[in-house]
Amino acid sequence: MIPDIEENLIEVHDVHKSFGNKHVLRGINLNVKHGESMVVIGGSGSGKSVLIKCVIAILKPEQGEIYVAGQEIGSLEEKDLYETRKKFGMLFQAGALFDSMKVWENVGFGLLQHSKISKEEVKEIAIEKLNLLGLYHIEDLMPSELSGGMKKRVGLARAIAMEPEILLYDEPTTGLDPIRADSINELIVEMRKKIKVTSITITHDMVSAYKIGDRIAMLYQGKITEVGTPDEIKSSSNAIVQQFIQGKAEGPITQAEAQI
Amino acid sequence: MFKNFFHLIGSRSLAFIEESGKIMMLLSDTVILIFRRPFNLKGIFKQMEEVGVKSIPVVLITGAFTGAVLALQSYTGFKRFNAEAFVGTVVALSVTRELGPVLAGLMVSGRVGSSMAAELGTMQVTEQIDALYTLAVNPVKYLIVPRLLAAFIMMPVLVIFADLIGITGGYIVSVNILGSNPYVYMERTWSYLEFNDIYSGLLKACVFGIIIATVSCYQGFYTQGGAEGVGKATTKAVVLSCLLILIFNYIITALLF
Repeated sequence: MIPDIEENLIEVHDVHKSFGNKHVLRGINLNVKHGESMVVIGGSGSGKSVLIKCVIAILKPEQGEIYVAGQEIGSLEEKDLYETRKKFGMLFQAGALFDSMKVWENVGFGLLQHSKISKEEVKEIAIEKLNLLGLYHIEDLMPSELSGGMKKRVGLARAIAMEPEILLYDEPTTGLDPIRADSINELIVEMRKKIKVTSITITHDMVSAYKIGDRIAMLYQGKITEVGTPDEIKSSSNAIVQQFIQGKAEGPITQAEAQI
Repeated sequence: MFKNFFHLIGSRSLAFIEESGKIMMLLSDTVILIFRRPFNLKGIFKQMEEVGVKSIPVVLITGAFTGAVLALQSYTGFKRFNAEAFVGTVVALSVTRELGPVLAGLMVSGRVGSSMAAELGTMQVTEQIDALYTLAVNPVKYLIVPRLLAAFIMMPVLVIFADLIGITGGYIVSVNILGSNPYVYMERTWSYLEFNDIYSGLLKACVFGIIIATVSCYQGFYTQGGAEGVGKATTKAVVLSCLLILIFNYIITALLF
């Protein structure tokens, strides 16, 4: 299939990925438009993280293609792959900050590695990014001195420090209290307005999904069951989607699990 | 039952071959990346301090007592056929050719191998290694190259320390406790020691350095399964590098002499 570069920044075609005999992704198809905020919802262990790790080529799918800005990332030379990765920023679930470095070195890591900017300037940029996320005077602390929510925000500061075109958020609100979670949601929305970034967010927090998503895709049994705007998803006639978004213990998802 | 038995042998052998292959691939990737810019000198020096400078006390104590006990033991034996004068020779040869590199290697794999595996393992399970990929930094280049180079460079240095202090330990025991003539002891030490003895010991040290860094980084880099996985990786790193050191020690000795 030929990717539609005009329309879509990321196209995922029929991607399969397994670990041992566990077939996690079973033919994923998903398109993300330029400047769009795509939210992927799905149960724990449904392969949401695997999907975005395939998009950024940390994991290699066994089958299928992933196009980023028209380039099939599976067929790229290593050097070009690292170049393409510079288009991305990723926020990890627990922040994944480098615990041997100070906060500002974490935020400025990409700049220190890839640009010729002096250390002092990188630190300034890092502080600016931290301030943007409401973090003040923590640049000289170590990650171990931060709370979970702060680590996440520092992780986000690191992800946006290189001003990427695409941001990947791995459960940005998990493990935060509702107020902090909402402030992260606000940040994500703001980020999209401010730096016009395209994003894929994976979450099982529906409040967050409705708030930040232009479109929502439901991942179930290794496939995208349904894609639509938040309103379309809310009024979906698909029983699986309805069970998930309403968070009910009874329904087709649990029945299917019981049969396995 | 027999089927299970063969299945077990087969699957274990496959796992062994697969793992050996993966370790070799990681080593060859690392070696290629050593020569690719940018060179991370700061990282290399930091690791050299970690691997080398901080291991000096352990290696010195190991070396001193090895030399000392060697002097005691060989004195007891040699006295039976009136060859006490050759204690110095035996201590010098055994330490430089064999015990210096092997014992330093074992101590370093315990001290450094475990910390490499635990550090990289923790980075893997907390997604820090994935984070490096997302920041367009090759984790093999960033994390493993400095460790491999540091171990390769610093192991011989540590062995030189172990050799010197081992000979000194033997000297102190022989001269101060057993009452040997200091002049004769030193003369017998140096006159039979050849350059080849020291050089072969240092060659071993380089190989052991590569083994420790490669095995430990491999175990850490491919850690799976949280804190438990990090524990397992650390244990495996130390056990496997110790075993490989002993095996390669024999192979190198057999090839060189």
